[in-house]
Amino acid sequence: MSDAIITFEKLSKRYIISHQRAKGDGFRHVVESALRRPWRWLRGAEDGPAANQEEFWALRHVDLTIQQGEVVGIVGRNGAGKSTLLKILSRITEPTEGRIHLRGRTASLLEVGTGFHPELTGRENIYLNGAVLGMSRLEIRRKFDEIVSFAEIDRFLDTPVKRYSSGMYVRLAFAVAAHLEPEILVVDEVLAVGDATFQRKCLDKMDDAGKAGRTVLFVSHNMQAVTRLSSRCVLLEKGEITLDGPPHKVASAYLNAGAMGSAVQEWEPSNAPGDDVVRFHAVRIRSEAGTVVDLIDIRQAVGIEFDYQVMKPGYIFHPHFLLRNEDGVTLFVSIDLDPEWSGRRRPPGRYVSTGWIPGNFLAEGAMWVGAHLMTLAPEKWRCGVPDVVMFRVVDPLEAKDTARGDYTRPLLGVMRPLLRWTTKTHDVEHAAPVTR
Amino acid sequence: MQDLIIEAGRTERQYWRDLWRYRELFMFLAWRDLLVRYKQTIVGATWSIVRPLLMMVVLTVVFGRFAKMPSAGVPYPIFVLCAMIPWQFFAAAVSECGHSLVGNAALISKVYFPRMTIPASSIMTSFVDLMLSGVLLAALMAWYQFLPDLKVMALPLFLLMVFAAALGIGLWISALMVRYRDFRFIVPFLVQFGLYVSPVGFASDIVPAEWRTLYALNPMVGVIDGFRWSLLGGATTWHWPSFLVSLGVVLLILVSGIKYFRHTERTFADVI
Repeated sequence: MSDAIITFEKLSKRYIISHQRAKGDGFRHVVESALRRPWRWLRGAEDGPAANQEEFWALRHVDLTIQQGEVVGIVGRNGAGKSTLLKILSRITEPTEGRIHLRGRTASLLEVGTGFHPELTGRENIYLNGAVLGMSRLEIRRKFDEIVSFAEIDRFLDTPVKRYSSGMYVRLAFAVAAHLEPEILVVDEVLAVGDATFQRKCLDKMDDAGKAGRTVLFVSHNMQAVTRLSSRCVLLEKGEITLDGPPHKVASAYLNAGAMGSAVQEWEPSNAPGDDVVRFHAVRIRSEAGTVVDLIDIRQAVGIEFDYQVMKPGYIFHPHFLLRNEDGVTLFVSIDLDPEWSGRRRPPGRYVSTGWIPGNFLAEGAMWVGAHLMTLAPEKWRCGVPDVVMFRVVDPLEAKDTARGDYTRPLLGVMRPLLRWTTKTHDVEHAAPVTR
Repeated sequence: MQDLIIEAGRTERQYWRDLWRYRELFMFLAWRDLLVRYKQTIVGATWSIVRPLLMMVVLTVVFGRFAKMPSAGVPYPIFVLCAMIPWQFFAAAVSECGHSLVGNAALISKVYFPRMTIPASSIMTSFVDLMLSGVLLAALMAWYQFLPDLKVMALPLFLLMVFAAALGIGLWISALMVRYRDFRFIVPFLVQFGLYVSPVGFASDIVPAEWRTLYALNPMVGVIDGFRWSLLGGATTWHWPSFLVSLGVVLLILVSGIKYFRHTERTFADVI
């Protein structure tokens, strides 16, 4: 293990969460205790945690050894501890237990443009930001021209950055960061900024960093970037490393990890939504394979399953669901029109109706399902729950047979249908062969 | 190859070395504050001269003309300006320093460096103002043909003292403000109040002799007396007990301020 450039040993970080305004933290309380025991207070002797506080381990016993030249991607859900890990690594916050051993100059980039001041000009900000990131004045002066041409802002060098467009701002910020030359580079989700061409440039720049023998540690939600750039990938879940291996394996495990939590909602008869006619048993999200899932490949159909009990005979039922995306936009409503039961009165019993949303139809992201039961004749809304279950549509890295094709950057739109395109040609000399 | 170990309580040991290593950042932050200061103003840095000048006129009129306070035989404007230079520096530095951490929250939560760099560098703008006011004083002295004597050599000592006082209180307030934004309201009040309880517009001899030592618990009393003593060529008397008391208070504030700052610093990023 002589080549290990970063070693994490049992790294843990604990946060104390106060549920209300904790008694032990109020200004008055602090002043009181400071006046009572000034020296003890200065030395930092602390009282035990108050009753309404709770411990939360953002990281728990993380052990990880990284060799020189490795490019390691860290993936995980929000709150899995990725950012905490990077923050400790960047020395912004201290670990509660354990240690990290770093052998080499470390630069971390948790945000582009940290320390930028809107009133200062591009030129001034390059120096300031460089200093913030740990470059010396000489180093910045040496790379100044390179930074300016990378950012493509030559003409605006002496304009205050508050007058920059957001694209220019980000380009300048990344350009400074990209010219750091540390042995270890720590990066947090910086690929999510800028326009497509610039993102490409940044990816290439990071790629170079890895090829130059630099060790890179980065967090990203962009699985494409993770698999493309990293040579190794680590999955964090609830503050612990649950998987560590080749990027494509970890990425697909991450995408397929079927946490059942919110993809299914089941009720006891006593508290189920309903009335004297009908009552819910459950609402579930199912894949075509029939399993309950909360992550759906964009190419796969997804089933919204209604499980309900009809208690009185003589009603025509119309289960229907309403689909919202994470921005709260209602995408559509779908009503059960199964010809077998359409217009037919249902005898009492348990029914399971499933509405199928086809693959290559929804956009990426989280979708919320509101499930409702309605009767016709007499027409009446019986029961329903808004946003009762949730699933997430992912556009996987290796897929070419989706609406994005070879395009790898974010796509706009609330839907992403795969459409048929046709081309007619007139006066074309000769077609070049397909290049892929 | 640099070896670095990160573990709980580790930063303590490398602290002063790191503070030195980040001296360039200190300069850059001070430079930034100076650059930004008068952006989009018309008269720019002239404000640094105009403010103390106007303040001096007001204090001279109020205390010298209306209240007819004694000024030890020195022209009242000079007498007032000698005190205003350290006082305005102190007031501005404390308030800049106090707000500095919260104002740089983005930096603190995203980049590592010894946090003391921020409050310390924020004092530098006030220091530049102090130098400019010094020019004003020199001009005023030339106008009145008033020449300080050799005691002026002791001035750097008092400069150091006001620096220590401002940094000490600034460290306290900046660290406290990270957690308790109450100090945002306390600071302006403190500064305003301080002007009246410090001997800026008047001489400290007007305080009855038996109270004078007690009066010096306000550290600015020692500082201002020191400035006057060294600049006014012995027109004012030197009072050892009050100087020592003030000096003691300054040191106490500075040491406790550093201690408190260091103690809370580790959690700034989590709390801010």
